[in-house]
Amino acid sequence: MNSERLNPSERPLVLTNARVIDPSRKLDAAGTVIIADGEIVAAGPEADALPRPDGAEIVDCRGKVVMPGLIDMRVFVGEPGAEHRETFASAGHAAAAGGVTTIITMPDTDPVIDDVALVDYIARRTRDTTLVRVMPMAAVTKGLKGREMTEFGLLREAGAVGFTEGRHSITNALVLRRALTYARDFGALIMHHPADPDLTGSGVMNEGETATRLGLSGIPKEAEIIMLERDVRLAALTRGRYHAAQISCAESLEIIRRAKKAGLAISCGVSATHLALNELDIGPYRTFFRLSPPLRSEDDRKAMIEGIADGTIDVIVSSHDPQDVDTKRHPFAEAADGAVGLETLLAVGLRLVNNGEADLLAVARALSTRPADLLGLPGGRLTPGAPADIILVDPAMPWVCDGEKLSSRSKNTPFEGARFEGRVLRTIVAGRTVYAYAAG
Amino acid sequence: MNALKSSPAAVFAQRHLLGIEGLLPEEIIALLDLAEQAVEVSRQVEKKKSVLRGRTQINLFFEASTRTQSSFELAGKRLGADVMNMSVGSSSVKKGETLVDTAMTLNAMNPDILVVRHHAAGAVHLLAQKVGCSVINAGDGAHEHPTQALLDALTIRRHKGPIHDLTVAICGDILHSRVARSNIMLLNALGARVRCIGPSTLLPKGLDRLGVEIFTDMRKGLAGADIVMMLRLQRERMDGSFVPSVREYFHFFGLDAEKLAFAKPNALVMHPGPMNRGVEIDSAIADGPQSLIRDQVEMGVAVRMAVLEALAQNLPNG
Repeated sequence: MNSERLNPSERPLVLTNARVIDPSRKLDAAGTVIIADGEIVAAGPEADALPRPDGAEIVDCRGKVVMPGLIDMRVFVGEPGAEHRETFASAGHAAAAGGVTTIITMPDTDPVIDDVALVDYIARRTRDTTLVRVMPMAAVTKGLKGREMTEFGLLREAGAVGFTEGRHSITNALVLRRALTYARDFGALIMHHPADPDLTGSGVMNEGETATRLGLSGIPKEAEIIMLERDVRLAALTRGRYHAAQISCAESLEIIRRAKKAGLAISCGVSATHLALNELDIGPYRTFFRLSPPLRSEDDRKAMIEGIADGTIDVIVSSHDPQDVDTKRHPFAEAADGAVGLETLLAVGLRLVNNGEADLLAVARALSTRPADLLGLPGGRLTPGAPADIILVDPAMPWVCDGEKLSSRSKNTPFEGARFEGRVLRTIVAGRTVYAYAAG
Repeated sequence: MNALKSSPAAVFAQRHLLGIEGLLPEEIIALLDLAEQAVEVSRQVEKKKSVLRGRTQINLFFEASTRTQSSFELAGKRLGADVMNMSVGSSSVKKGETLVDTAMTLNAMNPDILVVRHHAAGAVHLLAQKVGCSVINAGDGAHEHPTQALLDALTIRRHKGPIHDLTVAICGDILHSRVARSNIMLLNALGARVRCIGPSTLLPKGLDRLGVEIFTDMRKGLAGADIVMMLRLQRERMDGSFVPSVREYFHFFGLDAEKLAFAKPNALVMHPGPMNRGVEIDSAIADGPQSLIRDQVEMGVAVRMAVLEALAQNLPNG
């Protein structure tokens, strides 16, 4: 929708001898990708023999992967209201460096994105300053107060790609019921964070032995499970389109599996952090590991990976949440939730592939095609006519995460010092290169 | 007293005392042995030693405490340190200064030892990462209170001999208690059998994984116990949130003569204080012949002297 804003490259691009991944066609084959005028002309083995556009830049991609750019369905940006943590511009740099070509922003900013004028503001603000596509989700209720619905229809026309309360949960079942019902008329997706605030109470990490040893109050899994179960019933009642923003435990996976089997329009996500880490990583009260939902047990982490491998979990998100020392350099119980993740999202996905826990098609689908389908976006695929939002990846390049080198304005990464294999060499949005890896 | 031949600092080679978890049994025993000496010093007319002469000790208390703070103050003074008390709850924090800012400010004054109490678990760890001096945890949230566990162990040892094979019952609000956590770690490290007794709402999840037996019936939990350790129950937790009323709590979990009779006849009773008489403990028991509560206070000073002395020997130029 905002492809015209990002200047298409003047030069067409031909990527040859690549391993081409297009989950929308279950394509994983050696081939060529041709892009021109900001769109995919052709991709796959069938493009090998096609004529190259005049004046095209031709890149030999032997040993490299070309896949759709990542679409990250859960990104918190500090703008408006907390620009010292992250601006659209800095988030755009972080996204480009991480191979993310579209970020879906959350409405819990100051002011809350609950009005047409604010959605419009984001569109104007990001047009000139942001390297990647920015698509806002608007609030489900005015001011995120959980009471009155926002103008779904008008907000959608203004460019809101879905509706969510961001970090907040809707406790009033009637409000969620009405929202699901009304959103159905517009085909809009309601993305919800299922976490019962009463059961969460003063909890700050997963409930259990580790919390007890650390003397921290725990968040029972039931805070998620009970609310997710409720939400599924409401989705069945309303036949609305419901998406659980992030699940964190094995029981939730079962709930989603059952709902899908029953044919409900239900989907869910998981954060890359929850695929890579568990509660023990908190160690000596490291606040960068304080998240919502909290990091769970190792069994839960394994279940999340299984959910990605078999497709029960639809999308992997970064849940990128920049926090500064003003919110993180506190005792664990008093620190804010959240971790940055745009620049490690793909690396965590590739770790699953390198570990043999999921195949590349499944991971790429969860990072691009599924989010595009859920939000009705044309990207997330390498089919002719699709926007040329693609990434060139070296799946084997080793690197070590250094928080200080992140493009994000905030450095609260839980992957400080983590070793990864595989990184983005080039990020292309609407045919234009917005990031190119430079060694060092 | 063979253990004293090698200096306790050689055995206890830590820079900080942040918790009991992670200490080796021999480190705990070295501290207890050193504390025995401190008991003797404290009973003389001349109570002063000079191991901390020239050292600055700051007691940084973000949470009010009479007993622990005065005990650390006295311990520091008896060892010759310059002791400064800071109660931060009311000053800088209210002006928006963060814990770390406060710590950095104090650090710039070059103290040698910082004694910290804070209402949040892990706050003392955070502080220890940011300052250059030795840090002693004087209680952090529901996490640990290591000197309390050490003074409890010293008290037990002086009355019952070696701690291994003793059965110790810890009763009450385990969920919110740093004293319980530190004692569980220490008693397990020294080979005692540890039991936890309380209503299920006050027993944290995963407690069974900490190497304790769990009882919700106090009489069963006390059966055969050598030591009965009572915990304080804060009044705001008895208004229906965790237990329905004081009356009901005392009926089932208050220590009175009838319940104490289930423990061994020579069982001893402890309480970290301050006590709620008539809530978790009957006055007759608290002041009775089986009570060690006043001994605990005396041992508190001795144990804190031992900890200060051991850490001082590990200080740079020490």
